[in-house]
Amino acid sequence: MLGFNWFASLQAQGTEVADMPKEWFKINGYLKIGENGTVTIMSPNPEIGQNVKTSMPMIVAEELDVDWKNVLVEQAPLNTDIFKRQLAGGSDSIKQSWGGLRMAGASARKMLMEAAARKWNVPVGEITTELGFLYHKNSGQKAPYGELASVAAQIPVPKEVELKELKDFKIIGTSKRNVDGQKIVTGQPLFGLDYKTDGMLIAMVVHPPAFGMKLKSFDATEAKTKPGIRDVFKIKTYNDDYKPQWCDTNSFTELVAVVGNSTWEVMSARNFLKVEWEPFTDYKIAMAGWGGDQLVTVPAGLESTSDHNAKMVAAAAKPGKIVRKDGNPEEAFKNAAKIIERSYTAPFLAHTPMEPMNFFADVTADNAVLVGPIQSPEYMEKTLAARLGLPLEKIDIQMTRMGGGFGRRLYGHFMVEAALISQKMKAPVKLIYSREDEITFGIYRPAYHALYRAALDANNNLIGFHVKMGGVPENALHANRFPAGAIDNYMAESWEIESNISVGAMRAPGSNFNAVVEQSFLDEVAEAMGKDPIQFRLDLLKRAKEKPVGEKNDYDAARYAGVLELVREKSGWNRNSAGKNRGVAAYFCHSSYVANVLDLTVENDTPVIQKVYAAVDCGIVVNPDAAINMTEGSIVDGIGQAMYGQLTFSKGKPDQDNFDSYRLIRHNEAPKEIEVHFVENEINPTGLGEPPYPPVMGALANALYKATGTRYYHQPFTKNRFE
Amino acid sequence: MAVFNLKINKKTYRVNVDPDTPMLWVLRDHLNLVGTKFGCGVAQCGACTIHLDGEAVRSCITFVSEVGNKEITTIEGLSENGDHPVQKAWLEVDVAQCGYCQTGQIMTATALLKKNPHPSDQEIEEAMSGNLCRCGTYTRIKKAIKTAAISK
Repeated sequence: MLGFNWFASLQAQGTEVADMPKEWFKINGYLKIGENGTVTIMSPNPEIGQNVKTSMPMIVAEELDVDWKNVLVEQAPLNTDIFKRQLAGGSDSIKQSWGGLRMAGASARKMLMEAAARKWNVPVGEITTELGFLYHKNSGQKAPYGELASVAAQIPVPKEVELKELKDFKIIGTSKRNVDGQKIVTGQPLFGLDYKTDGMLIAMVVHPPAFGMKLKSFDATEAKTKPGIRDVFKIKTYNDDYKPQWCDTNSFTELVAVVGNSTWEVMSARNFLKVEWEPFTDYKIAMAGWGGDQLVTVPAGLESTSDHNAKMVAAAAKPGKIVRKDGNPEEAFKNAAKIIERSYTAPFLAHTPMEPMNFFADVTADNAVLVGPIQSPEYMEKTLAARLGLPLEKIDIQMTRMGGGFGRRLYGHFMVEAALISQKMKAPVKLIYSREDEITFGIYRPAYHALYRAALDANNNLIGFHVKMGGVPENALHANRFPAGAIDNYMAESWEIESNISVGAMRAPGSNFNAVVEQSFLDEVAEAMGKDPIQFRLDLLKRAKEKPVGEKNDYDAARYAGVLELVREKSGWNRNSAGKNRGVAAYFCHSSYVANVLDLTVENDTPVIQKVYAAVDCGIVVNPDAAINMTEGSIVDGIGQAMYGQLTFSKGKPDQDNFDSYRLIRHNEAPKEIEVHFVENEINPTGLGEPPYPPVMGALANALYKATGTRYYHQPFTKNRFE
Repeated sequence: MAVFNLKINKKTYRVNVDPDTPMLWVLRDHLNLVGTKFGCGVAQCGACTIHLDGEAVRSCITFVSEVGNKEITTIEGLSENGDHPVQKAWLEVDVAQCGYCQTGQIMTATALLKKNPHPSDQEIEEAMSGNLCRCGTYTRIKKAIKTAAISK
């Protein structure tokens, strides 16, 4: 138990919030109803800024058939008995929970109807509901949900329920404001970094300054004399015989922990630590992977970006591993009248969520309480149980609102670090990373390389297509995505270069490189063929739809074409492009389709993004204004990463460590205007946290070409020309 | 360690801390005013923005010993009921995604509007460019500032 819960002590709510009831009746794991009709709906998934804390409860409320203004939302803790897939990743929260959330609301509604039927002694089939009221029209009886909540709570959860028809939706498809909005704008405690309990200590860790190094020894004599310092000691994140899961990616598993009374005291004392580091030799990790255990080699060495770049160029010149081959691409290239060949690169990126890594832990001999920002609580519970030697049910994980994550908070080594420090101190501890810790102890987006080739015949027809993708230490290839399926002779190859730099998922993994380079290359091919870039893509998609090449094409050509047609119409592409530096791109990832048209001008040798149009097909849109916000933010993020983002290394050490050297997009660099349109259909909703992020980078590259006459092959684009 | 009497949000607080402690940590750790956020510690992101005698400053590089008699306003003291026109505009436009940087954005925006009640787009961009938003809500922030400028 927590002595004093900082969050629970602050119950202040928004201005339009329902009255608090005297008593709650738990209807099912997702919701409880008060005697006054107020409803509390649990939001199961981690909230990272993707708005699930509003949109997931909206889906429950829809099927429950209540007035949204009578709904309170609570963040659920990790509870795998009740909730499925409590994960923020893959843009899958809404997609995978759509059915379950609807069932949760619908089954509670059915229980209330049963309760009313019993009370009024009428058949349940004659009961109807509307906005939190139960009706028996024949007898003219009416009761609010609150009046029957206590009875409904006793009724067994029904096995089968009817879901609403889409045409009857009242909440889904209408814009609802962020349920945490009032707390956000008034600065109330919401985030992990804001969490505190009585007697809580503050901890920071010191990690090796370079990848390829490990802890040799440390001397804490002086640091320990500094005011407010309680202890300094080494922690080892994993036991030697531990088989890490995917979410345990971590290069620095031996750290020095500094623990004290307050953040500034710990930050200051940390500078007085004398630590010696040494290079490590090659080692292997047995990792528990999705496809079974695998032995991963971590090579020794202090790597530099210049070495990476040279190795990537060399690897790209050699044959790769053939991942897909349709027709006879070798023959097509041999017979080509013209071959277009281009190489593209992109650097490592750090995630840099605005809230640095942190976690609260209170570990005793019997149990562990962890509170903070984590995208993968289900998985981290297992890691923690193994490391602490506690059964799963003794690990209590509570999720705070996350100040961003972008994938970084899928890798929860910081939870283990906090837990080990708390265990050693026998006290509640909050572990805090500085920004420098966050950037230099990253699980980065890999550095990528792509070689594209297109074969044209004498009549400028596209007869062959070849992509070879690689990276350090992972490649970004999605071999079965467009334009695979649209070209008779197609080949996709991949290669990888070993590295000891830790990498992982960053917003739209792989796609965040693919979309830029593929969409740039297609633009160049269209130009060489003398075709309009949108029509060129639509022609390929028509082919993919009518007579697809191969069988494993993992996109829907009609929906893909749909967003291109919509963006063409909304941007006035055919009538309004003259004199504009305008680029187009479209991409499919994480089950959704997005196309962009981007207009820019160049002023004082600096590109100014005037307007971005987005056409999005993510099926049914649950919360339209929030979906627009997510799309706008992804566009700004995409432009920022493509223009400015880069993390480079010198002898294993990141060259950038804070926002003075690691560049993010700023207000004055954002587009002046963004216009978002959704394809209207009745397809079950798919993700939106990632899909609107990749394509805009391609549209930007193509618009830059229009403006400058130069193609942009290497990210960040500013390095290419503008700085 | 030294004792400082600080005027924060129209109240006086007494703290006993190292004179080099940044106001950011005095507010967050010692006074439980956690609306002022830690983002970078080097005045590059603006998440920790507070007002010092009405001027927007970065609390991560403002030592407690520098404050003296100046009046500090944090997000918690911007309005009594969370209904400052800028806060209301932020809700109306529904600016936030993750929300972490928004208190700093609001503090910078209110300082701007106090000096310049009807800023142009360019003036907004210039004034706000020290505040990072990793989620990319810049277009909504601009819209909210314009909304607040009209409603004031």
